[in-house]
Amino acid sequence: MSAITLPYHSQLKREARAEWVFRGLTVASAALVLILLAGVLMALCYGGWPALRTFKFGFLTREVWNPVTDQFGALAPLYGTVITSLIAMLIAVPLAFGIAVFLTETCPLWLRGPIASCIELLAAVPSIVFGIWGLFVLAPVLQHSVQPWLIGTFGDLPWIGKLFRGPPYGIGLMTAGLVLAVMVLPFITSVMREVFLATPRSLKEAAYGLGATQWEVVWDVVLSNSRAGIIGGMMLGLGRALGETMAVTFVVGNAHRISTSLLAPGTTISASIANEFTEAVGTLYTSSLIALGLLLFVLTFTIIAAARLLLLQIERRGARV
Amino acid sequence: MSKFISKVTATLGAVALLGSAGSPTLAGDISGAGATFPYPIYAKWAETYKQQTGIGLNYQSIGSGGGIKQIEAGTVTFGASDKPLEVADLKQNGLLQWPMIIGGVVPVVNIPGIKPGDLILDGPTIAAIYMGDISRWNDAAIQKLNPKLTLPKLDIAPVYRSDGSGTNFLFTNYLAKVSPSFSQKIGANTSVQWPVGIGAKGNEGVANQTTQTSGAIGYVEYAYVKQTGMTYARLLNHDGKYVAPEAKAFQAAAASADWSKAEGYYLILTDQPGSESWPITGASFILMHADSKDASTVAALKFFDWAYRSGQKMAEDLDYVPLPDKVIKLVQKTWQDSLKVNGKPVWAAR
Repeated sequence: MSAITLPYHSQLKREARAEWVFRGLTVASAALVLILLAGVLMALCYGGWPALRTFKFGFLTREVWNPVTDQFGALAPLYGTVITSLIAMLIAVPLAFGIAVFLTETCPLWLRGPIASCIELLAAVPSIVFGIWGLFVLAPVLQHSVQPWLIGTFGDLPWIGKLFRGPPYGIGLMTAGLVLAVMVLPFITSVMREVFLATPRSLKEAAYGLGATQWEVVWDVVLSNSRAGIIGGMMLGLGRALGETMAVTFVVGNAHRISTSLLAPGTTISASIANEFTEAVGTLYTSSLIALGLLLFVLTFTIIAAARLLLLQIERRGARV
Repeated sequence: MSKFISKVTATLGAVALLGSAGSPTLAGDISGAGATFPYPIYAKWAETYKQQTGIGLNYQSIGSGGGIKQIEAGTVTFGASDKPLEVADLKQNGLLQWPMIIGGVVPVVNIPGIKPGDLILDGPTIAAIYMGDISRWNDAAIQKLNPKLTLPKLDIAPVYRSDGSGTNFLFTNYLAKVSPSFSQKIGANTSVQWPVGIGAKGNEGVANQTTQTSGAIGYVEYAYVKQTGMTYARLLNHDGKYVAPEAKAFQAAAASADWSKAEGYYLILTDQPGSESWPITGASFILMHADSKDASTVAALKFFDWAYRSGQKMAEDLDYVPLPDKVIKLVQKTWQDSLKVNGKPVWAAR
């Protein structure tokens, strides 16, 4: 090192270099994710190409999944994925809403922390544990009491009866949806709780001051203030539900069939891949499984993109008001 | 800067030295990958072999499909598959295959009042159940096989293995052999498209679902039935005799099969002749390159030879069935005649 003549100059230079390196690192991190994503997409397209080329559009519209005759269609797993996720969201979203309102509005302060931690602990349970719980604990209960009751009560009704027919196996689309609901609950709840907490206190107090009831405050002030956050939380949960593999594989019944009954066994995209990939022999078979992966990728991407658009619209409308 | 470079070269040199010092112990190790069904016994053999000889075996149970791909790519010394490769596939990839261990598949049922071994079934009846053609336990076809039993008017709930497996392959292969309509409509594979029933994951999933559902029928590996005491059914075999799932019944099926005429050991042991043969029996296979450059080839053969000779007791303890002696002799003849390293035969008769 030579004698220091311009101390500030060299320090500035060093800082500028550090700044440059720092910026480079952040750009590289972001770029790495994009490259990985592109790599995954390319690998899925490449791997799934033989199946897509053979079956063309029929891959999406056919129910058949026959490794013996090498005929594959993705409709049954696609249907199962959507239905189980839908059941999970129908149960988890209202429940999460209730929990979040309770935790932010009505719960005594000393109880908030413990309840919130318990719900977040649910997110830390490995999915295989949920699967085993679903198979050994939930399924027998459903099979021996809940499902026979559902079949007896609703089975003969027109329209709605179609959802509750067939023998009570205990496992099937409904069981998978229930297990998924428990699994996505902590994600949706914690996001909802955060956005509810973010509602300005002054707004709520002003509403109470005008004589609003607790329900009116929650519905008109808190909820309308946190719509974007709620949708974000729902998407997080939905993303998890669509891709969940292990727990679903245990309880969905794994049948490549489409049935109107929620009690019937079905399959999902990730469950099919997990079940069959290890012992799949033959190009078309493995390729079809990879094409299923591509399909899930596209499905998740579409849903996230749709959610983004929805959020954008809400924000714009909010700005106008 | 130059100091830094010299430091780096020194470190690299040290790493290289360490690497070369470490490699001789690694070279002795044998690597294999494939089927999950024989994993427990291969792992047990490997552990004992390591204690006795110091040579390790690293077996990854990634599934038969993965095992076949890895041996074709040459990343492992041997592959393992529950479903034998066809002769054309073997020739195309320059592979040899031979049977290593025997297992069997056993139908299990859950019918109120029926104890293990009470119920008798035959192949065509099971096929009809799994195709949905027979849907009640008191169906005439089942009653005819069991004139002494009073069977309930209960719906049959067929349970199948949802994960691709050798168990599925043996079961469907047997049904396809004995029932032309099963062969035509469903066929045999590690996974098939079942028209009815519910899919459960793994032996434990099928066992659990069968135990929970009144009127269920499932199929699991023999070891699983023996260890859990599930209600198994007896089967009517190729010779028209009733057999119970026992080690000697599986061995009888393997012994009565004519391996010497099966090119590339492409032989599936289902529906074999012999009055004592269990009809849903199968072998798990080892795959190796017929002419390899892999230095571990001889070590692997020594291990298999040791397993054939000294590993039988261990196999029986884990409820696998060892190969009959005459089949082992045949396999070792194949090693002697057809297995080469760098173009030279490596196995001498003992």
